[in-house]
Amino acid sequence: MSTEEQILEELTSKEYEHGWSVDFEADETPLGINEDIIRFISAKKEEPEWLLEWRLKAFRLWQEMKEPKWVNVSYPKVEFQAIRYYSAPKQDKKPTSLNEVDPELLKTFERLGISLQEQKRLTGVAVDAVIDSVSVATTFKDKLSELGIIFCSFSEAVQEHPELVKKYIGTVVPSNDNYYAALNSAVFSDGSFCYIPKGIRCPMELSTYFRINAANTGQFERTLIIADEDSYVSYLEGCTAPMRDENQLHAAVVEIYAAKNAEVKYSTVQNWYPGDKDGKGGIYNFVTKRGICAGDHSKISWTQVETGSAITWKYPSCILKGNNSVGEFYSVAVTNNYQQADTGTKMVHIGKNTRSRIVSKGISAGKSQNSYRGQVEVIKRAENARNFSQCDSLLMGSLCGAHTFPYIDIKNKTAQVEHEATTSKIGEDQIFYCQQRGIDEETAVALIVNGFAKEVMNKLPMEFAVEAQKLLALTLEGSVG
Amino acid sequence: MISIKNLQASIKDKKILKGIDLEVKAGEVHAIMGPNGSGKSTLASVLAGREDYEVTGGSVEYFGEDLLDLDPEERSQKGIFLAFQYPVEIPGVSTTNFMKTAINKVRESRGEKALDAVNFLKLMKEKMKLVDIDQSLLSRSLNEGFSGGEKKRNEIFQMAMLEPKLAILDETDSGLDIDALKIVADGVNKLKSKDNATVVVTHYQRLLNYIVPDFVHILYKGKIVRSGDKNLASELEEKGYDWIKEEAALV
Repeated sequence: MSTEEQILEELTSKEYEHGWSVDFEADETPLGINEDIIRFISAKKEEPEWLLEWRLKAFRLWQEMKEPKWVNVSYPKVEFQAIRYYSAPKQDKKPTSLNEVDPELLKTFERLGISLQEQKRLTGVAVDAVIDSVSVATTFKDKLSELGIIFCSFSEAVQEHPELVKKYIGTVVPSNDNYYAALNSAVFSDGSFCYIPKGIRCPMELSTYFRINAANTGQFERTLIIADEDSYVSYLEGCTAPMRDENQLHAAVVEIYAAKNAEVKYSTVQNWYPGDKDGKGGIYNFVTKRGICAGDHSKISWTQVETGSAITWKYPSCILKGNNSVGEFYSVAVTNNYQQADTGTKMVHIGKNTRSRIVSKGISAGKSQNSYRGQVEVIKRAENARNFSQCDSLLMGSLCGAHTFPYIDIKNKTAQVEHEATTSKIGEDQIFYCQQRGIDEETAVALIVNGFAKEVMNKLPMEFAVEAQKLLALTLEGSVG
Repeated sequence: MISIKNLQASIKDKKILKGIDLEVKAGEVHAIMGPNGSGKSTLASVLAGREDYEVTGGSVEYFGEDLLDLDPEERSQKGIFLAFQYPVEIPGVSTTNFMKTAINKVRESRGEKALDAVNFLKLMKEKMKLVDIDQSLLSRSLNEGFSGGEKKRNEIFQMAMLEPKLAILDETDSGLDIDALKIVADGVNKLKSKDNATVVVTHYQRLLNYIVPDFVHILYKGKIVRSGDKNLASELEEKGYDWIKEEAALV
């Protein structure tokens, strides 16, 4: 496919606000994947030998693996040799401060509403901005480092803190975990790295913004969050991409490690380009996110608002290894037009007195398909494990679908597992009631949907909640009447 | 204010309203009574613009404008309020949030600026007092788990907030005990002014002891068969609907 033709769809379209791309000179590999490409990426990043070996091993595993077929989505075969695995906006030299970052790049983030300039920044949120394959800037770094907090791009962490990377990479999501995790392990380009030392409560939200810009480029970022004993961090992740006719692949891996008494809150607002009204284009979002509550009394909480992507395949999970550890999953997944989402979570109870809570809200409109897939596993020695799951689906119109696939696997008799599920439809009488109070149909739908998703939205940090609410409304625009 | 001429409407090809004539002026209270299935609620729904009903003939003029040409939300924005017989539940949306959205939409339609939080709360406090409603009810999901009385009181609260020109109360008395009925009627009476009008749709006369109408109309088989003053309601209470039915049969 020629890159020229695919670039730059008009900004004017209301359907996807972030559907533009910027022309910067990019430093990139040819299309396709082989060991040389992996060597190239690794060399480009001046990585140590062990990491190159780790990548190559993952690549060899990946070649042996097959694409998963159990997912309740359908799409044409992904041509892995037609994807570009590395594309970096070209910069003459590595910037040492924000002043040296290409102004075009900064403008790109300004358009997304994320200012990387100190004076305009949201107070209380540190941002790592990742465009295509590389991190372009991380804010508030100095302030954080005074507390011993490391928040930087993954590549930087490999250079500056190789011992930490080496110790934790692949421990939560092994490179042979699944097809896309293996691919990511082989070709991952950048992402965020975060380390909270013992006893430190991170005083601000840490945030990463991912942006796919170049055409035909896959994005394979890797995020690693380590919360040492008695620490706390709240982490946010946002994503957007330009509108393009072809499908683009996003296969990320997120690993979270929580030591004794540590708490990690991970929130995502995913707004990748979902494709147009006829289902053309859009991001394939195949992501592996997993956290381990390694220490006693640790807690990991996932909150996600999924509005984008043509296909979403994602199950943020918790391994509850420490005694009395807690895993939570709060999700709102909205699908419209031809979007397909198969998302949920997995809670693995290993330690004693472990607790997990799952609240999933699926909203389907248009001709979309929305599936919740969740697994609760209690192993034999996990005494007194508790789980509560609630899956609610809201349907709009009669052409969409909502599916629930709960799996429960209990090997200990003391476990208490509850599952509740509801399916409802936005009623004409609800909409009429709103209209009778002067509220137009679009606003009525946004109001009803936000009400439906409120329990999850309330879990989002303030800075994100407003944005997420608007996104829900925007995604469902034109889906009634 | 509103002038209804020969209004006819059907639902799924079934004719319900067969030519209604009604004139309501500012400052008036009209009661529309009638046995079950006579078309009372249909009339209320058609005036509010519910899509399930198809208007097959006649006209409705509201402040000189063709009402039937307007979307339901436009009718509301222009001052028509319907207190529902069965108020709808909206989970996760509090009455407060609902009203804030509604009021600001109405203001927007008039080219006014949205109310800020402080002024909105001030307005809310004032109206809460007027209809004697508790703050805790307004923070809960709209109508979800409300008792019949709470739902109806909430409707009157919304009416107080939106300050309509024409309020239509659809069987607001149904499912209310006498105390709740008094509170609701009291709220409606307080909201009455020389500039607005109220249409009370009811099956029973008892609500009219508390909201005293200037005119009473009896609806039967989709037509107003008799109009009079408040004494007509008492007569109806005494004799029941049968004499109306008999009379209609003779015509």
